[in-house]
Amino acid sequence: MSKEIKISAQGVDVFYGDTHAIKNVDLEIENKAVTAFIGPSGCGKSTFLRCINRMNDTIDICRVTGDILLEGQDIYAKSVDPVQLRARVGMVFQKPNPFPKSIYDNVAYGPTIHGLAKNKAELDEIVEQSLRRAAIWDEVKDRLHQPGTGLSGGQQQRLCIGRAIATAPEVLLMDEPCSALDPIATAQVEELIDDLRQNYTVVIVTHSMQQAARVSQKTAFFHLGNVVEYGDTNKIFTNPEDSRTESYITGRIG
Amino acid sequence: MLTLTFFAILALALAFFVIGRSRAVAVVRGDVRLLHSRPNFHGILALLLSAICGIAVLLLLGTMGAVWIETHLLAAILSAQPDMSPIEAELVLSDARALASGGIASKSDPLRLDIAQQVGRQGALHHWGTVVVSLVAALVAGLWALGKISPDWRARNRSETIIRRILMLTAAIAVLTTVGIVLSLIFETINFFNNIDWQVHKFLFGTTWSPLSGVQAGKLDPDKVGAVPLFAGTLMITVIAMLVAVPVGLFSAVYLSDFASHRVRAWAKPMLELLAGIPTVVYGFFAAITLAPFIRNSGEAIGLTIASESALAAGIVMGIMIIPFISSLSDDVINAVPQSLRDGSYGLGATKAETIRQVVLPAALPGIVSAVLLGVSRAVGETMIVVMAAGQGANLTANPLEAVTTVTVQIVMLITGDTEASTAAGPAFTLGFTLFCVTLLMNIAAQRVVRKYRELYD
Ligand SMILES: Nc1ncnc2c1ncn2[C@@H]1O[C@H](COP(=O)(O)OP(=O)(O)OP(=O)(O)O)[C@@H](O)[C@H]1O
Ligand SMILES: [Mg+2]
Repeated sequence: MSKEIKISAQGVDVFYGDTHAIKNVDLEIENKAVTAFIGPSGCGKSTFLRCINRMNDTIDICRVTGDILLEGQDIYAKSVDPVQLRARVGMVFQKPNPFPKSIYDNVAYGPTIHGLAKNKAELDEIVEQSLRRAAIWDEVKDRLHQPGTGLSGGQQQRLCIGRAIATAPEVLLMDEPCSALDPIATAQVEELIDDLRQNYTVVIVTHSMQQAARVSQKTAFFHLGNVVEYGDTNKIFTNPEDSRTESYITGRIG
Repeated sequence: MLTLTFFAILALALAFFVIGRSRAVAVVRGDVRLLHSRPNFHGILALLLSAICGIAVLLLLGTMGAVWIETHLLAAILSAQPDMSPIEAELVLSDARALASGGIASKSDPLRLDIAQQVGRQGALHHWGTVVVSLVAALVAGLWALGKISPDWRARNRSETIIRRILMLTAAIAVLTTVGIVLSLIFETINFFNNIDWQVHKFLFGTTWSPLSGVQAGKLDPDKVGAVPLFAGTLMITVIAMLVAVPVGLFSAVYLSDFASHRVRAWAKPMLELLAGIPTVVYGFFAAITLAPFIRNSGEAIGLTIASESALAAGIVMGIMIIPFISSLSDDVINAVPQSLRDGSYGLGATKAETIRQVVLPAALPGIVSAVLLGVSRAVGETMIVVMAAGQGANLTANPLEAVTTVTVQIVMLITGDTEASTAAGPAFTLGFTLFCVTLLMNIAAQRVVRKYRELYD
């Protein structure tokens, strides 16, 4: 039952100046599935995630070598415009970062610059749908025109998720999206991720084993810049092959 | 001699510092943990006490003593010649002083010689008295502090209290100076309005400015103190300056913060800030000698008559002067916009231009507005460039190619002119007060905006 491959990384190395953050990583990410990256802090999960939509371009000292293919096309090829790439591969960051604009404008930002809505009514519809799917609509529907920075941390994070969905990307990269959320909001976001799987490819970085086990189909275990083990989530959590993976998920390293 | 005493007191105080410190150590036989305050604080307290007492006595005796001697001598003169007027007595005294110091007096009669002798005697007495007493005061205060040294003596708390008082005093000096200046502005403004019989509207709305031409017996002609041409000139030059400074400053800030490589930024920013260090006189003669003739010549080439002094030349140069203020402050606020906001925007597939226009600039807007307002207050208060390049005649015009004058220039003209100070001061102070109100309002506005900006991120 091998599924279609959405993203394929081949021999990827990442350097921050002299720091070798990702070491020769090969990884294939399935289409319309949730892939979880787990691993101890500093092992390069965020770095690898940022390679997938070329967010590392914004860091001067960062250098990426190797190939990352999105639907067979090398995203680091000269012909690829990172701006267009990022419209297809959206990102939710570890720290909520709403724009200092109204809640509505935060969500409308992406659709507006990409011309996804023909008129105001359509835009309203996109905003509402995105906020609903991000499980925050009920909390903000009466204050859409107040600043997004005035929300609580957890609300801000869900707003950022809604903002990312509104652009309708094919792939959604989420870097520890639940680290600022309470259990209820976490459950809502997990539900949302499960829901997104119908149409999108989701890659999520998480420090919670339970979360990885609950939402993902595939799991990659990162350790010191290497992908030590990659496979079906069930297999990784019940019967890991590598001893390092086993010690990590049972809580002995990390 | 008194200066020498001052330094002697300081040296004495320093000696007390050293002695106090070692004495504190000695008191506990080297085990400084037994002391409430560390040895240094014992030393500092001795230093502060002896310096303050010594200098206070020096100042007090130095000034009060001189006053006392003067009254005493005048009394002596008047008792010798009871029918002398006080002014004559002062004359005698100054002659006597001249004689005492070996100078030339208008007259030397027995009275003057006698007083001169007294001046010499009392002067010397006063002098040496001051020196000795103040040194003794410093010595006593220092010794007292030394005597107090014991393990429980709270030298730290006491010296901190003294230092706090000194800091308070210096802050008070700054605040009081400001208050004093403002009060004198207000006072002179009231005087001026009194002088024109409270026809305030003639000052605020009148269109003829020639305050010194209608003076009769110190009374100003209310019809000639209309400040509108000055306000208009200031406004026009400010607007021209901002038209130059805001776009250039803002765009260079955007370039520096979001486009320039580290290397370019590393030298371009200091260069821009160097522009702020150029004295305004230099800008002024650049405007007058280089830019104004250039504008006039190029105007003539297309058939325009342009005055050799024009609002345009002054405004452009002033704009150049203000560029670094706006670019440097805007660059700071644009840099302060967190990288995470930019990342958020890039992550949604926005281009650099979209990110800057829709996320970075709106986030930095309050800071930029306050930078612009600060630039405006600079422009409004600027004098040198306008004096040299915009002209002095109060000319109410909307044409930037003509000469205009500004509030600041007129203040300069009034104060440096050869009219009696008491007449010229009124209009000058009133203009100054108006200017002060305008810049104050603008600074308040700028600060409010900045505060709002802070709230957005905290
Ligand atoms: N901007 C940067 N400049 C220099 N080094 C960096 C930068 N970002 C990350 N690194 C380095 O790269 C390595 C991997 O960092 P990364 O942020 O990818 O870790 P992570 O797995 O996401 O950790 P965490 O779970 O704590 O978020 C670390 O050693 C880190 O110090
Ligand atoms: Mg991370």
